[in-house]
Order: sequence, then C-alpha cells, then structure tokens
Amino acid sequence: MEQDHYPDALLRRILREVRTIAMVGASPDWNRPSYFAMKYLQIKGYRVIPVNPKAAGTEILGERVYASLKEIPDKVDMVDIFRASAAVPPIVEDAIAIGAKVVWMQIGVRHDEAARRAEAAGLTVVMNRCPKIEYGRLNRELSWGGVNSRIISSRRRLEARR
Amino acid sequence: MSDRPNPKEPGFSTLAVHAGATPDSTTGARATPIYQTVGYVFDDADQAASLYNLQTFGYVYSRLGNPTVSVLEERIAALEGGRGATATASGHAAQLVAFFALMQPGDEFVASKRLYGGSITQFALTFKKFDWRVHFVDPDRPENFREALTPRCKAIFVESLANPGGAVADLEPIAEIAKKAGVPLIVDNTLATPYLCRPFDWGADIVVHSMTKYLGGHGNSLGGAIVESGRFDWFASDKFPALSKPEPAYHGLTFAETFGDFALTMQTKAVGLRDLGPALSPFNAFLILMGTETLPLRMQKHAENARAVAEFLAGHPQVGWVSYAGLETSPYHQLARKYLPKGPGALFTFGLKGGFEAGVRVVESVEMISHLANIGDTRSLILHPASTTHRQLSEEERIAAGVGPEVVRISVGIEDADDVIADLDQALAAAARP
Repeated sequence: MEQDHYPDALLRRILREVRTIAMVGASPDWNRPSYFAMKYLQIKGYRVIPVNPKAAGTEILGERVYASLKEIPDKVDMVDIFRASAAVPPIVEDAIAIGAKVVWMQIGVRHDEAARRAEAAGLTVVMNRCPKIEYGRLNRELSWGGVNSRIISSRRRLEARR
Repeated sequence: MSDRPNPKEPGFSTLAVHAGATPDSTTGARATPIYQTVGYVFDDADQAASLYNLQTFGYVYSRLGNPTVSVLEERIAALEGGRGATATASGHAAQLVAFFALMQPGDEFVASKRLYGGSITQFALTFKKFDWRVHFVDPDRPENFREALTPRCKAIFVESLANPGGAVADLEPIAEIAKKAGVPLIVDNTLATPYLCRPFDWGADIVVHSMTKYLGGHGNSLGGAIVESGRFDWFASDKFPALSKPEPAYHGLTFAETFGDFALTMQTKAVGLRDLGPALSPFNAFLILMGTETLPLRMQKHAENARAVAEFLAGHPQVGWVSYAGLETSPYHQLARKYLPKGPGALFTFGLKGGFEAGVRVVESVEMISHLANIGDTRSLILHPASTTHRQLSEEERIAAGVGPEVVRISVGIEDADDVIADLDQALAAAARP
C-alpha cells in the first residue's frame, strides 16, 4: 500500500467494521492528543481500551488501563499506536499475536518494515493518520472546522458507522 | 476547459461548485442554507465539555464556527489546494488573525512594499500597537527578502498580483528564502484568485484573501479568509509558540500536536476569532459562496476584458503607460506567463500624460464605469488612488506603491469589453477638453 494515500473506501471499511480499539500510548492527561482521540472514538460508539504501562491498573475515561496488548482479556479488532515510530515493531508483533485485524499508526508514526510484517500476517495497516481525524473527515465533521475533506457528494451525510 | 493537474482530483470548476457543500444532512436542501444562528444546543454537560475542549467537532457559538461559514471555508481551502481555512469578517481581519497566530510582542516580518495601501497602513502603523514591526522591501529582487530577515522575523508577506499596479511576485524563489529561514510565506492571493494562481503550488505556506473581491465577486459582501497549506512544520523551531507550545489561552492545548496539518485553521478559530472577534456573517458567507460557484467563468471574462481594455489604453495618445502584466512591454510579462498563464487578472493602473488633474477628470467623467474604492466586482470600477485610497500615504510611499499623481486604477468588470472601452474613450476625450 502506498504510504501516503489510503482510499476513502478502505478507511470507511475499517471504521465500519472495527468495534474494539486498543490504544497503545493512551494518556490520562486531558490535554494530550491520545486522550482527545480516545474520547472522540468513545463518543462515536467504539470501545477503546487504553494500553500504557505507566498507568496500568488505573482507569482512563472509564476504561481499565493495561500494561500491554497481551494482557487485554477481550477481543481487539484494531490496535491504534500513539508511540514513537521506533517503538512500533514489538507492538505490531503483539497485535498479530492477539489476533487484531488492523494496525493503525498515528500522525507522525511510520514503520515500513513493521507494516510489511503486519500485512504479511494478514492485517490491514494504516500509517501516519489519525482515526479520529479520518472519522471526522469522512463523516463531514472535520468540515465543520473549515478543513478540506476532499469529499464531493450529492448525497446527505451518512455516518460510516451506525 | 479542464483544470485538472491530478486526474484523481476533481477539476477546479467542479470544486468551485461542489467543494464543502453536500446536501443539508437534516433537510436534504441542495443549496447551502443560511444558518443565521448564534448558538447550538449541547446534548449534555459532558458533550459540552468535549466541544469546549476541542475534543469533538461541532458548533458551539457562531463567533468560532457557523454551518454556512464553514462550507465557504472548506470551499476556499479546496480551491487553493490547501488543508483548511478560516473565514473572517474582512480581508484586513484575515491578516490580523493570521499574524496574531504567528507573532509575539517584539516580533517582526518582511513584506513586499508593493501592497494594497490599506495593508501598508495596517502593517506599518496599526500593527505597531501590538509591538509588531514590518520591514518593507522591493519584491522585484527576491534576495531583498533574505537580506531584510532578522532573527525576530516570523513571516514573509507578498501579494501574488499586487494592488494596484499589477506587479507579479516571483513566488518560487521567495518561498525558497522563507523555507530556508524557517518562516511561512504568506501570500495575499486576492487579485489573482486561485483560478489564476495557486500560491501553494509554488511553495507558499499561508494564503490570505479579501473574499470581498473576486471570490464573492459581486460587490455585495465583505469577507476574508486564511488558508493553510498544511505543509509548514511548526515544531521545526521555537518561533511559533502559539502553535507548537502549550497555549495558555487554551488550557495548555498544543495546537500543532493535537491538530497536525490543520493546526493553524483550528488556532485561528479557537483563539483568533474567539478573542479578537472578527467572525464572518453567515449571510455574507452565503453570498460569497454563491459567488465562488461562478469564479472560473467570471475570471475568464475578467481576464479577457482586461486584456482588451489594456490594449486599448496602451494605444491611446493621452495615456503614458499601462501597468497590465499581459502586455509584452510589461517588466512583469515573463513572471505573469509563469505564475498566471490564464491571464494576469483584471486590475491594473495606467498613467495619464495630463497628470493629477487629468486623473481626476477621467474618474469624474465616466458614465457606466463606477468611481469607487472597491475592486473585483462584476461592474467595472475606476479610481484615482492619489486622491482617495492612497491619500493617507506620504508622497514617497505613494510613489513606492506605484501610485503617483497621474495614476488611475481600473478594475475591469465582466460587461462587454467594447462598452467599457467606449466609456473610457469618452472620459479620456472629456479630460482632454480645456
């Protein structure tokens, strides 16, 4: 997959099919981007399970925090990575191990080798994007802030997820 | 004709009609409704908190965002090939809000000396009250921008096509100088419009507009816009704390971290519009939005008429010179071919051999062309800057801005070119009578 271009149809499919997201690097601080993304995705009906060894055992936005992906007792559909690019490979290994279907790396996070490894294991990979921003863009909410959604449509806005 | 640099992307005319404007999600209304509304209900206290914290997208209060205004913002962002836009009450407000995001007290910027007279006054005198300092340079030699840069400089500012003389800025090398200095190049693209020139294609980082002019196009609504390319790295230095550091005016939120490539679009709304206040009226947004739909058609006609009028004036015995960059005699002819291949706009100046008196006589003698201080209208407009818009400048500043006593400015409309020419012809004849 070309790193800088993901078709809208692919992103829509991911956001429609995914139910549970494990957010690696979720922060308990309200003004951190991961907290924003977690809160937004919860509002949109996703279950978001925070993963952060420093906050393990506490709660963020009503969800128990786990130290690693492997400790999560529930089924995880997507792993959202809020970590430096260099930290990606072991997270991808864990994502494969727990049976996640999608690995999504946040804006500024990219690891081509780890992405190839995940794709070889049958996972779908998105890099250098934010699921909150893509959800907002595809559902025209980003447009409310004057952001260019690049969407031309003669249909009413229908959410990617019901 | 097709304006389709990338076959995957819709063409310019398609964007002009559709970008930002899908059918209303509640009613299905196809044209964008006028949301003449101020407040928007919260579902509950938690959602209200999320909105105030910018954790979720949505409308709170129309000073920060309005459903009609945001359609226009997205439209302008799409036409410029940018990531996002913020609409403001006027072009001057757009400049204020853009600089407010970049500048701290004591900061400086370098600007072309060939600017709209109102911008020169805003930068040199009014901005001084914020302790912001401007250095004006001759833009015809791009190196002048580099030489004027100081460590406190936070931006370079030019007009792509300058008001009133029609000088064309050499955007590519100027953008390179800005990039090396780690500061954004801000381009006022009002006169060119994105139909004739897209500054982001040449390396600009921020575009500002007076939408009052060609984007609205009908002389009926004030409006301004700030557009960001999404390519400027706010974290590359400590120069832009309002974007790259926790913002005390927003509970410690770091805009560039949270919003990435549309950080400026969010900052100019959440802090700029919130605290300075110059939001665009929804009704004006509606009228300007309607104007943008015909922007390609109007700009073609404006450009075609301007060429015919410039050629007529260039051949008139009472006219000493014509500044239109489409003429081969213009010093900007090559730059115009590079940056404005569809035509160098429809606003230019010409010099009357009869000087100040002749200028006054011509603007007082026109019958169809309107004598007023606006540009970019469907109607042809004429002005004698030395006695009106540029009156507050010193004689030296007027000459520097290209508006000496003999200079007349014309904004060529979309009437039949023959009628514009006939009116100028009779006004010139009237001016020649003793």
